[in-house]
Amino acid sequence: MNPASIRFQDVTVRYAGVQRNAVTDISLEVGGGELVVLLGPSGCGKSTLLRTVNRLVPLQSGRVEVDGNDVARLDAVELRRSVGYVIQAVGLFANMTVAQNIAVVPSLLGWNRRDIDARVDELLQLIGLDPAAYRNRRPSALSGGEAQRIGVARAIAARPRALLMDEPFGAVDVVVRTALQRELIRIVGELRTTTIFVTHDVDEAFRLADRIVVMREGRIEQAGAPFDVFQDPATPYVRQLVHAGDDVYRRYYMRTRELLRAT
Amino acid sequence: MSYLSSHPWRVAALAAAHVELVAVALVVALAVALPLGVLAARRPRVAPWLLGALGAIYTIPSLALLAVFVEAFGLGFAPIFVALVIYAQFMLARSIAAGIDGIDRAQVDAARGLGMSAAQVLWRVEFPQALPVFVGGIRVAAIAMIAIATLGGYVGGVGLGVLIFNGLTLHQNAMIVAGSVAASVLAIAVDAALRLTQRLLAY
Ligand SMILES: Nc1ncnc2c1ncn2[C@@H]1O[C@H](COP(=O)(O)OP(=O)(O)OP(=O)(O)O)[C@@H](O)[C@H]1O
Ligand SMILES: [Mg+2]
Repeated sequence: MNPASIRFQDVTVRYAGVQRNAVTDISLEVGGGELVVLLGPSGCGKSTLLRTVNRLVPLQSGRVEVDGNDVARLDAVELRRSVGYVIQAVGLFANMTVAQNIAVVPSLLGWNRRDIDARVDELLQLIGLDPAAYRNRRPSALSGGEAQRIGVARAIAARPRALLMDEPFGAVDVVVRTALQRELIRIVGELRTTTIFVTHDVDEAFRLADRIVVMREGRIEQAGAPFDVFQDPATPYVRQLVHAGDDVYRRYYMRTRELLRAT
Repeated sequence: MSYLSSHPWRVAALAAAHVELVAVALVVALAVALPLGVLAARRPRVAPWLLGALGAIYTIPSLALLAVFVEAFGLGFAPIFVALVIYAQFMLARSIAAGIDGIDRAQVDAARGLGMSAAQVLWRVEFPQALPVFVGGIRVAAIAMIAIATLGGYVGGVGLGVLIFNGLTLHQNAMIVAGSVAASVLAIAVDAALRLTQRLLAY
């Protein structure tokens, strides 16, 4: 399936009973096959903006389009089945096995048994878990990192046109996290799925992004290629954010990444 | 002394009728309680009122409730049947609501986000996980219903209550004992069976 393009046009969200906007006047275009990272501190509206794409959050004003179609006019259930979603809290279904979790969207779409089983095994291998050992486990018998990986497999199972990932690697240690990031680059690179990826981890953003969107208090501070954001921060806030901590390493990551991607 | 050993088939027949009365009332009660429980879980504002009203009915002494329905429906099967269905609502609806409320919100959010319809979220994610709590409610309701159903004997109904009330009228203690013991054995058996079910359903 062709990767979808996503367009936010003057998007404003205000939750019922809350005084201020969660997201204010955001405009952004995500091209087909692009991996855009939303980066910003806790509470700046990253999850909210992400959830406008699959209509989990209604807009106060503005418009969100997937492939040029206003999502408000699309059937919500169909839209959600065509857009993969990894939620921040993982949310594996406790009453289902690992295989059943991964198979949720394919079975909603009416795939036949054989295709579903084959797809489940293929995905378990892709995320580095032995199908024979994991297929029939319950989510309660998984580590945090395994659960997150299965959350990712569940999101991409039906080969979505776009992928929304909300801090998918939040609960894992640095070593596993780095491995998962590498996996993701490979998976998304192979599939060329349009991806919006949320994180508040600056290094993760620099490692993964084709384009970084720095958010603060519901607005975009700067959007640009990682190298440009790093080289040329648009505001003091962005400067402080991307140069905090070990920015020597950030340069190192970026350099390595460029080398890796060149080969 | 033992009415059971002298009239085993009579006791068995009344016990079977007792079970049938409770089982049918339970099925009907479940059909009513399921939407009420889901409503209570979905509408936190309505829940206290709804469960409060059902709870108030629950606190009415069963004999008084039965008297009202005899007034309404006359003697026979109907008053005890209706009383059982209504009496069970509180325990059943509350356990459904509690079961659904207890589910991790992230799972419900994921279910919606992956494209389940509202009905699919309920039947594929919420209901299976609420089931152990729900079966707990069914267990408590069923035991109470077995006890209350004995009052049916008083209003011309069926079941083991017939033995108890005939025994009272005829001053036959053996009949009273047989009816009471049989009802207790039924309650204990149902309790054990549903406890086991509950254990098997837990994740
Ligand atoms: N359902 C809701 N109802 C009311 N307010 C909400 C709701 N969800 C989020 N908010 C508020 O909207 C703002 C943005 O929240 P959001 O979850 O989008 O932030 P975030 O950037 O994803 O944060 P984090 O990194 O902590 O996940 C916050 O102030 C939050 O308190
Ligand atoms: Mg968030």
